[in-house]
Amino acid sequence: MSGMNRQGRPSSIDNTAHGGTHSTFTGNKALELEEPLLFELDNPGACGVDFDEPEPFTSRLGSFERQGRIGLASVSEPEVVRHFVRLSSKNYSIDAGLYPLGSCTMKHNPRLNEKMARLPGIGDVHPLQPQQTVQGALELMSELAHWLKELTGMPGVALSPKAGAHGELCGMMAIRAALTARGEDDQRSRVLVPESAHGTNPATAALLGYKVDAIPATKDGRVDLEAFKAKLGPDVAAIMLTNPNTCGLFERDIVEIADAVHEAGAYFYCDGANFNAIVGRVRPGDLGVDAMHINLHKTFSTPHGGGGPGAGPVVFSEALAPFAPLPYVVSGKDGFRIVETEEAAKADGTQPFGRMTAFHGQMGMFVRALAYMMSHGSDGLRQVAEDAVLNANYVLASLKDDMSAPFEGPCMHEALFDDRFLKGTGVETLDFAKAMIDEGYHPMTMYFPLVVHGALLIEPTETESKQSIDLFIATLKDLARAAKSNDKDRFTGAPYMSPRRRLDETAAARKPVLRWAPPMPAQAAE
Amino acid sequence: MSDIRFTDQHEWVRVDGDIATIGITDYAQEQLGDVVFVELPEVGKDIAAGDEAAVVESVKAASEVYSPVSGEVVDVNGDIEATPAGVNEDAMGDGWFVKLRLSNPAELDKLMDEAAYAEFVEGLQ
Repeated sequence: MSGMNRQGRPSSIDNTAHGGTHSTFTGNKALELEEPLLFELDNPGACGVDFDEPEPFTSRLGSFERQGRIGLASVSEPEVVRHFVRLSSKNYSIDAGLYPLGSCTMKHNPRLNEKMARLPGIGDVHPLQPQQTVQGALELMSELAHWLKELTGMPGVALSPKAGAHGELCGMMAIRAALTARGEDDQRSRVLVPESAHGTNPATAALLGYKVDAIPATKDGRVDLEAFKAKLGPDVAAIMLTNPNTCGLFERDIVEIADAVHEAGAYFYCDGANFNAIVGRVRPGDLGVDAMHINLHKTFSTPHGGGGPGAGPVVFSEALAPFAPLPYVVSGKDGFRIVETEEAAKADGTQPFGRMTAFHGQMGMFVRALAYMMSHGSDGLRQVAEDAVLNANYVLASLKDDMSAPFEGPCMHEALFDDRFLKGTGVETLDFAKAMIDEGYHPMTMYFPLVVHGALLIEPTETESKQSIDLFIATLKDLARAAKSNDKDRFTGAPYMSPRRRLDETAAARKPVLRWAPPMPAQAAE
Repeated sequence: MSDIRFTDQHEWVRVDGDIATIGITDYAQEQLGDVVFVELPEVGKDIAAGDEAAVVESVKAASEVYSPVSGEVVDVNGDIEATPAGVNEDAMGDGWFVKLRLSNPAELDKLMDEAAYAEFVEGLQ
């Protein structure tokens, strides 16, 4: 029977087969502390600051005056601090351990980035400051734009998109602007997207009103060239391709694909989420790409939870560069300035399709990405790609006999497995992933890409040392052995040791509880 | 007497007179896992064979349900929209998605019959 904590929640320590622990009075497990919701901590009257009673005043709010309690929790400063520290200790992050989430490039975020981003001249600037007072920040943006263009071999760049999917939208809007300028927008209504694409690709095309046409994959996990060519026509606006693709494989026919796309009068959008595999080695511009977003928060460090939001600048070919959105930075004899209006753009000889964001983009991410680039140098970035690919191949080669790989290696930056090795064991991909949590690892990406049954997608990145990867490989080998030798309980009941046991994802999706409700009717405020 | 046909995308279509009832197969619901969301078309919409008729989302994946045949939507299954679990419980029966008034019954000839579909699924295992 599971214990209940002070808040009447099950503390759920399984003390039968695994763990061997017993329930505690507090629900805490030594240093692993149970934490109620902030609202449950509400202690009416407690407060972090002392405010003086206001002078007598006449309210002018009229009917807009608040009638009831706002319902925020009253807590003292130490209680707030403890609450968030305790919650944060339940987080798994790249700073805590290997984070093999495929397609996410969870690499180390160098502390140098953080030091740079906190420099007062950078951390404290405001987007509405007069331009002559932020020349350094503008130069930094210009320098970042230069690096991105140099690394991709593309002549144009839009820095403002806020993340990968936003970058896709930006790239596809530039494509639409170019088609409109050619008078062909009405005629070109179809976007080709391979089956192995990131889910955001078809979503982007659909959001812009395009009809998404899926291109099947070949048996070796790549775009079916013949099927692709058969789908080309005068009504195709673009192809959206990820390279390396989500099977962790390089699309070998990419140049032929680009040529065919251009011959059909369409444009080539490349999803750059996997740029980490080729940065410094391959310039997408040389492959015939017209637009590609770059997830600064993947390839150039600061992954999810790495100290800030995302940023998804888009690089453009000669054909699309004039349509890149406002604002952008240019340098002239009086220093750097921002081109912010259509009139200014006209004078500059460009035809932006509009703007994606209110301001210039994620400045904090620009600083971190540029710090990463400059501290690595061009040779260092090349080695990043080489080491990332080497590490993934080491994982693939070490595990392909214990697990099952759907495609022949070598792979690029991520190693893909399917669930054939679990066949007949009663263990599914999800169970396998949950058992990894007990081993102290964040699971890999599961059930994606969809073209592979029960997919397990592992991206170790260049961050990991050989010792770290060896331990990870040994762990997965042990789990695979356990699954095959009938130790089903270790998986189907997992995780056993996490703060919460397996959550009911189905119930969470079917009957979401999105608002906390007080256990009793709220008392009127005194 | 109704007649059932299947697609290689794991949809089924059962025809009764000129009304075709469309759903996903038992194999499809099993592969998807617990269905948590279903989006259905509006009644009166014309759908061509091969076009998206509905969207189904599970804890593992989201995917489209393509219409095996062309026709006008005459009814949708509001029960599975309210209770998506119905798709898992009875995919071939009460878990149907859409009813169409057939505009081109000849399209049915291109689809698999029960035996051919069973063989097709066997080949996927």
